[in-house]
Amino acid sequence: MLLLAVIGILFAFSAATEAGAIQKITGDFWVLPAMISAVLLLAHIVVRFVAPYADPAILPCVALLNGLGVVFIRRLDLGEVKLRQRANLPVFSSDGQAVKQVIWTLVAVGLFTGLLILVRDHKSISRYAYTLGLAGLVLVALPAVLPASVSEVNGAKLWIKLGPLSFQPGEFAKVALLAFFAYYLVRKREVLSLASRRIMGIDFPRGRDLGPVLTVWLFSMLVLVFEQDLGTALMYFGMFVVMLYVATERVSWILIGLGTFIGGAVLAHTFISRLQLRVEIWLDPFSDARGKGYQLVQSLLGFGTGGLFGTGPGGGQPGIIPEAHNDFITAGFGEEIGLFGVTAMLCLYLTIVIRGLRTAVGVRDSFGKLLAGGLSFTLGLQVFVIVGGVTKLIPLTGQTTPFLSAGGSSLMANWILIALLIRISDAARRPETGQPSKQPAMLHDAHTEIIRPGSKP
Amino acid sequence: MNAPLSRVGIVVLVLFGLIFVNLNYIQVFKADDYRNSPYNGRVQLDEYNKERGQITLAGGVSIAKSVDTGGDLRYQRTYPFGPAYAFVSGYKAVYLGSDGIEHSENDILSGKSSELFVNRLTGMLTGRNTGGGSVQLTINQKAQEAAFAGLGNRKGAVVAIDATTGALLTVVSTPSFDPSPLSGNDTAAANTAFQQYNKDPAQPMLNRAFMNNYPPGSTFKVVVSAAALAKGLTPDTNITAGPGYQPPQTEHVIKNDNPSICPQDQVTMKSALTQSCNTGFARLAVEQIGAEKLREQAQAFGFETEYTTPLKSAKSETGPMGDPAVLAGSAIGQQSVKMTPLQGAMIAAGVINGGTQMRPYLVAQTQAPDLSVLDKADPSVLNRPMTPANAKGLEDMMVSVVENGTGGKAKIKNIRVGGKTGTAEAGTGNPEHGWFIGFATQGNQKIAVAVFLENAGEGGSGEATKLAGNVLAAALGVGR
Repeated sequence: MLLLAVIGILFAFSAATEAGAIQKITGDFWVLPAMISAVLLLAHIVVRFVAPYADPAILPCVALLNGLGVVFIRRLDLGEVKLRQRANLPVFSSDGQAVKQVIWTLVAVGLFTGLLILVRDHKSISRYAYTLGLAGLVLVALPAVLPASVSEVNGAKLWIKLGPLSFQPGEFAKVALLAFFAYYLVRKREVLSLASRRIMGIDFPRGRDLGPVLTVWLFSMLVLVFEQDLGTALMYFGMFVVMLYVATERVSWILIGLGTFIGGAVLAHTFISRLQLRVEIWLDPFSDARGKGYQLVQSLLGFGTGGLFGTGPGGGQPGIIPEAHNDFITAGFGEEIGLFGVTAMLCLYLTIVIRGLRTAVGVRDSFGKLLAGGLSFTLGLQVFVIVGGVTKLIPLTGQTTPFLSAGGSSLMANWILIALLIRISDAARRPETGQPSKQPAMLHDAHTEIIRPGSKP
Repeated sequence: MNAPLSRVGIVVLVLFGLIFVNLNYIQVFKADDYRNSPYNGRVQLDEYNKERGQITLAGGVSIAKSVDTGGDLRYQRTYPFGPAYAFVSGYKAVYLGSDGIEHSENDILSGKSSELFVNRLTGMLTGRNTGGGSVQLTINQKAQEAAFAGLGNRKGAVVAIDATTGALLTVVSTPSFDPSPLSGNDTAAANTAFQQYNKDPAQPMLNRAFMNNYPPGSTFKVVVSAAALAKGLTPDTNITAGPGYQPPQTEHVIKNDNPSICPQDQVTMKSALTQSCNTGFARLAVEQIGAEKLREQAQAFGFETEYTTPLKSAKSETGPMGDPAVLAGSAIGQQSVKMTPLQGAMIAAGVINGGTQMRPYLVAQTQAPDLSVLDKADPSVLNRPMTPANAKGLEDMMVSVVENGTGGKAKIKNIRVGGKTGTAEAGTGNPEHGWFIGFATQGNQKIAVAVFLENAGEGGSGEATKLAGNVLAAALGVGR
């Protein structure tokens, strides 16, 4: 039901976009939504078979975001060609971003279903925890050791470019490291929370308990700072602190985390010119509105122009903002669907995060709890960092907007993240017997359920 | 672990809450600021998606139009005649704003005017993107081009007015600029062009016809004559002249340009104007008219007021004239007396139109995109600086200037032409300005003109006079 609604919205949005951008609806408007819908329906069916108890709200939310992203990227493609040629721009034009995004969506959803089919119990992931941890480290460090010619884009070394394909290993490292942290912290949580030394009223755990995870984290932070990928560094930091806190249930971690963050930020600010520039732009983007502050200024002006209701899909000029299909895609949405639209979109993210956290609360094993909690929080934090950045709430650091931004790595990594969440939520909501039951009576929130007897495929 | 997990949920809610608050701040509270920010190209992009109306001349020739580029900024503004009409049309730049008629008639040209509401509504219903309305000017193409060609590379200005209606026939200022590069859709090129014009010491973007005032020199004697006629003198009344005049309380002696000019003690006022007799007019102002009456006469002609045609003009000034020495200087258009070329033409227009000045205007009519007329100019009286009888007297005096005096170069075969030349000191070390203000009549047609040549030096007023004749002939459509 929800998914059908999503598909309806996608078709309508696509039609409205063409109406706004070309002044007429071409015969092609349905192609992208139809493709996305087919893929998503397929994903939905797979989920119903391999994870029947999974939270039913998560996939439709993700599907809608992904679909909106694809249609909007197509809209940006249209904006780049001359008005007269717009109606004739093929959906699969080779120089457009939309076609790539559709292909990436196919691949990402493929990974998603593959992972769900392959991994029937999330606890089995913990067996590969150290492998994942190591893989995460390698992925983080890879662009740093590779020459700039294959790893640098816009001054940040976080890419691997192989011919026409470019790939951001950090996106995958995020999920891999999360799994490792979850595994390690669960193993050590007793010692971490009990055996500690008290210094100045704050409990510090023993170094050797924290050693490996601290090493991994510190190493990634150093690499990220070296790669000038400050947004991801901030994400890893938040992710790490929150997981420590959840594992140990000690508020002292938050305090220590915040303390080191402030200290680290001040230190980084004095050493990293890129960070100084970012802060400078953040404080007053209009002081160099046509130069350094251009992106942020245009982003703000886009949001402002959109106002409450937006200019209507296709009616704005999101192409003014550089990187509109990437970091600044939210600003493009802000201009065209306004405050109400963007608020609704953020609510989709919020729904995914909150459902994810509820999964964490509901699941019975600690590893699942920590993993689901970490995954959900990370997703939420990423949205906060990028949307906060483009709206001048916090200094801007380059991050993708999950499911919306153009780019394969981000899409794949985030779909993998969702696959894990759905897998854990299936476990969380599965009745105690462990056997698939036709009675959903065990589910305490059955009223939001759409799985009914007889409705299963 | 459930308790910290739910706290993490609260943290996420708080983080999203911050984003929501901030979004509301940006998209509601600051929305208007951002929408109208000078850095916001979106409004312009929107504007450029519609075809802007044309600016045309009296004959229908277009001097500003939009061409479809099919680009991001769909329509581009072009000015087929380049600099010749730059100060009339103005420019319409993507980021630099606009000027001239492009600025003052923007509502009609862009289609935003309430008069075009019905057009917008039908456009919306039929799905057609209606463009803006067009503006037809009063400018006479032949006179404008004669003036622009005649000024050539010199600094100067020409204004011609249909004295019976107030319609502006010629508005030229040189050096001029080409509005096309300023209004191009390539904003970098537009900025470069703008900087270049701005840095040019010749000030090509200064409208010398409307926006700057200069000492009028002897052309101001027309105003002194009008004040004298108002006091009851006639063109044939004898006034005291002579080779030199030393006003009271000063060592400075006012002399004539040439010892052959009015050396005799008594000359008629007509003769004094014909020869441009400095001593006669200085003495006339000091001994018979007085500062108060002279100032009143100048103000009646339009000094100290701004014209809105709808383009704004600078005020012409009489300045302080209380001291006899200063008054004597003012009477021959020096001291603090300053006027715009537009004001010069308005004086001549007042004289030739029987003492009545019509309100000067540039826009003959505005038209909707379907060419139906939205608004037509309605000529109206602005000032009555002279009685008809005195105006006739002064007209005869000015005709004498052209026929028998310093204004000979303005003569047009079989046409009644009058005027007054002027040579104005432009400050120590600078070459003098050359002036001519005058008129030509044929049948019911009465055309007034002012020609100004900045720092033209020796012979400047003669060249101004010749050019004035050319422009008047072109405006009347006759040969010389």
